[in-house]
Amino acid sequence: MALEIEIDGKKLTVPDGSTIMDAAHQVGTYIPHFCYHKKLSIAANCRMCLVEVEKAPKPLPACATPVTDGMKVFTHSDLAVKAQKGVMEFLLINHPLDCPICDQGGECQLQDLAVGYGGGDSRYQEEKRSVPEKNMGPLVSAEEMARCIHCTRCVRFTEEIGGFQEIGMAHRGEFSEILPFLGKTVDSEISGNVIDLCPVGALTSKPFRYSARTWELSRRKSVSPHDGLGSNMVLQVKHNRVYRALPLENESINECWLADRDRFSYEALNSDLRLTKPMVKQDGRWIETDWAAALDYVSHGLKDIIARDGADRVAFLASPHSTTEELFALKKLARALGVKNTDYRTRRADFRADALQNGALWLGGDVVELAAAKSVLVIGSTLRKEQPLIAARLRQSVKKGTQLNLLALADDDLRTDTHAKLVVAPAALVNALAQVVAAAAELKQESCQLSLDAVSISDEARRIAASLSEAETGAIVLGNLAQHHPAFSELLLLAQELSRLTGARFGLFGEAANSVGAEVFFRPDQGGLNAAQMLAQPQAAYVLLNTEPDFDAHNPQLAKATLGQAKMVAALTAFRSPELLACADVLLPIAPFTETAGSFINMEGRLQSFNGVVKPLGETRPAWKVLRVLGNLAQANGFDFSSVEEIRAEFAKQLNADRVTGLDNTLKTDAAAVSTAVAAEGLQRLGEVPIYQADALCRRATSLQQTADARAPILGLHPDTLREQQLQAGQTVTVRQGEAEVSLTVGEDATLPSGVARVPTAHPLTASLGAMFGRIDIVRGK
Amino acid sequence: MLSQESIEKIDRELAKYPADQRRSAVMGALRIAQTEKGWLATETIEFVANYIGISPVAAYEVATFYNMYDLSPVGKHKITVCTNLPCALSGGYDAAEYLKQKLGIDFGETTSDGKFTLCEGECMGACGDAPVLLVNNHTMCSFMSREAIDKKLAELK
Repeated sequence: MALEIEIDGKKLTVPDGSTIMDAAHQVGTYIPHFCYHKKLSIAANCRMCLVEVEKAPKPLPACATPVTDGMKVFTHSDLAVKAQKGVMEFLLINHPLDCPICDQGGECQLQDLAVGYGGGDSRYQEEKRSVPEKNMGPLVSAEEMARCIHCTRCVRFTEEIGGFQEIGMAHRGEFSEILPFLGKTVDSEISGNVIDLCPVGALTSKPFRYSARTWELSRRKSVSPHDGLGSNMVLQVKHNRVYRALPLENESINECWLADRDRFSYEALNSDLRLTKPMVKQDGRWIETDWAAALDYVSHGLKDIIARDGADRVAFLASPHSTTEELFALKKLARALGVKNTDYRTRRADFRADALQNGALWLGGDVVELAAAKSVLVIGSTLRKEQPLIAARLRQSVKKGTQLNLLALADDDLRTDTHAKLVVAPAALVNALAQVVAAAAELKQESCQLSLDAVSISDEARRIAASLSEAETGAIVLGNLAQHHPAFSELLLLAQELSRLTGARFGLFGEAANSVGAEVFFRPDQGGLNAAQMLAQPQAAYVLLNTEPDFDAHNPQLAKATLGQAKMVAALTAFRSPELLACADVLLPIAPFTETAGSFINMEGRLQSFNGVVKPLGETRPAWKVLRVLGNLAQANGFDFSSVEEIRAEFAKQLNADRVTGLDNTLKTDAAAVSTAVAAEGLQRLGEVPIYQADALCRRATSLQQTADARAPILGLHPDTLREQQLQAGQTVTVRQGEAEVSLTVGEDATLPSGVARVPTAHPLTASLGAMFGRIDIVRGK
Repeated sequence: MLSQESIEKIDRELAKYPADQRRSAVMGALRIAQTEKGWLATETIEFVANYIGISPVAAYEVATFYNMYDLSPVGKHKITVCTNLPCALSGGYDAAEYLKQKLGIDFGETTSDGKFTLCEGECMGACGDAPVLLVNNHTMCSFMSREAIDKKLAELK
């Protein structure tokens, strides 16, 4: 039913259930407010949005008053303004007068509204209250809590969006204080959003504190270089340096949020670990050189090796965090040199699906569609850590009735309700998914098109199958752990079959900002080696683009050994990493995403372009320019592009508006057989990539590295496994994989299936170990 | 952390509410925990929160909102004297003064032997019995003249 109302004399119709605030937004009338936020529940505790309503005896809060038919609202009448001014006087009574030094100054809602509604001077003569500072962790500063006006946006954010109330309002009346639980910090992976939500300067960004005034910063649009969501951001720049990253609202991608790694990873851009000059290793010693010499070295090196060993002994590996243009140019260079071995999937173990793929793998739909699905099955994902904002989005979907089903390798707390879940050891993941497929086939009374061994179907598998089958819209998504799994192709085949049986769409979460771009433009050519082969069989020469073998490889131990045998390793990198210094022969400093224009293709296949926001640091150059020179030095044709737009124009035929074409998750399934046997002996490793070790920027972002999520990896074992192994939590043990041994602290982790050893990969402490999955031994008698 | 008896009492509180609204039992659960432990330590609040299945800070909000939850240790007997108007008119302040003198402590203090804590309270809904005082949040004592106070203190010792 539509209701007819009048706001300040303007007539409008609004749907039943709207509030006065909603209606006001519709006609573009601004009602002052602090506690109201469109993404949060209604609290109506700041009282700033009081308006006059005809026939109401007193002013009513616009955010919490539902519209009734024929209602007449006056937002700027004498009564309304008097009420608003009265509220403002109360809010300012205890608010400190430290605007000149407050980080929020200039972008403060209280300051802005005080201009319109505040009095010229205060009638309040008494002492203002003082509120002790709180420790909310390394990202959110709560040093000046006297500034707080108790709107409880931060409290509602942690509870409603974050899924776990980490911040609360303790005490009562004028003693009220916003605080985290005593002795705890705010550890959510999306905690930084409370800084944006805070309408005053009570919660501010710790890394940004006191470093710039907001009006000194220029604002430039950009795209997050981390997960495959492609969050839109605004980077704020002063003196050719990125000072801050804030969300840019895009309802279909990141809504109005940012994950902490999107927000705080900019710290790495200004770190001393940046490589600023080309470097060449001579007689085992690194010397700084100029670009001409370094490029000449690479060009000649490649030419000689190709002449002597053949182009099929040269490998190009790129990180999917590189821009599409960089990947396209590198692929072009590879083709010009006759190199077929190009790949980005350094963390993947299983490439058998390559032969079956009909196109590039992607999410299989939009994020909005995923969130709107009535039933979702997430396979092999740490969800919150891999895709913080998608996890938050699914949390909202669950509240609206979506059934979230999981096939997980650990029963991590997703801070949301789940409908059904199977938590299994890595070796049993295929079997678990096969159970769901078999259950769906049984339910639909159809035969399974894959030849499956008999599986015994568990009740949870039946519930998952039923949930997907009965839902109007369903989605099946494979997470990073599934993609890194040694039986990824089986998982993909089974997901396709489950999709066929239940009508749910299936796809992949994009691990990196440009996973889909790399999938389209950087897979090996026909007859070329894949990443695992390149890192297992020593090649004569390697070109690495933004790749750090010790952190980005499925089996870092093997990768390092293989790279060590190469005649030449040329690394295009923004950072000097100890591992690259050890294994490379030449380091070319290339620009991170803030210093070059480019584009990322997110997991939906959406190409989002961005411009550089600052000048390249030192002698750093954008990778596409470096590749152009390398192309020219190789006397290849088509390396005369002078901007990223020109490169983009070269692949424009693969774009349809802002979407990349060639995406297809279907597999050829002729006679595909899937073995569901669970074979594993000894302890099995579960080697996930920790959230703040996923890419080169996160690894060097100092504040992110101080968070709880960045704690040094431990050896997680189920209590039963602890007992079996006669170990105790807190003890230090040595674990061995292949040749390498590493000392780790033992921790009890009841979320794991027994027989699993959770040892995260991609961390300096564990980088010498082997594959992410597979056998791991605990060494005794030391 | 809590005794089996307290856990059973908390379970009883939980049973009063629908299964998806367990947080409703937080006040009762905190009360039960405080009765057993004497006061609500951070760990106690955290235990109660985890047992009910809410976040610790949500339980802490409740524990700090209401006066009758003690967030620091109190004496064996917490005596709360009402000083609101009806009691004040009928000797509430006298009763409080007398208690202060007798115990040698002020409001909000605990005797050195740890036996008594004296608190100032708000209306307890028994104005006809003024002056009233409350022992350990649960026992209401009416018509607390000096003699009655002497008698009560002797009883409690």
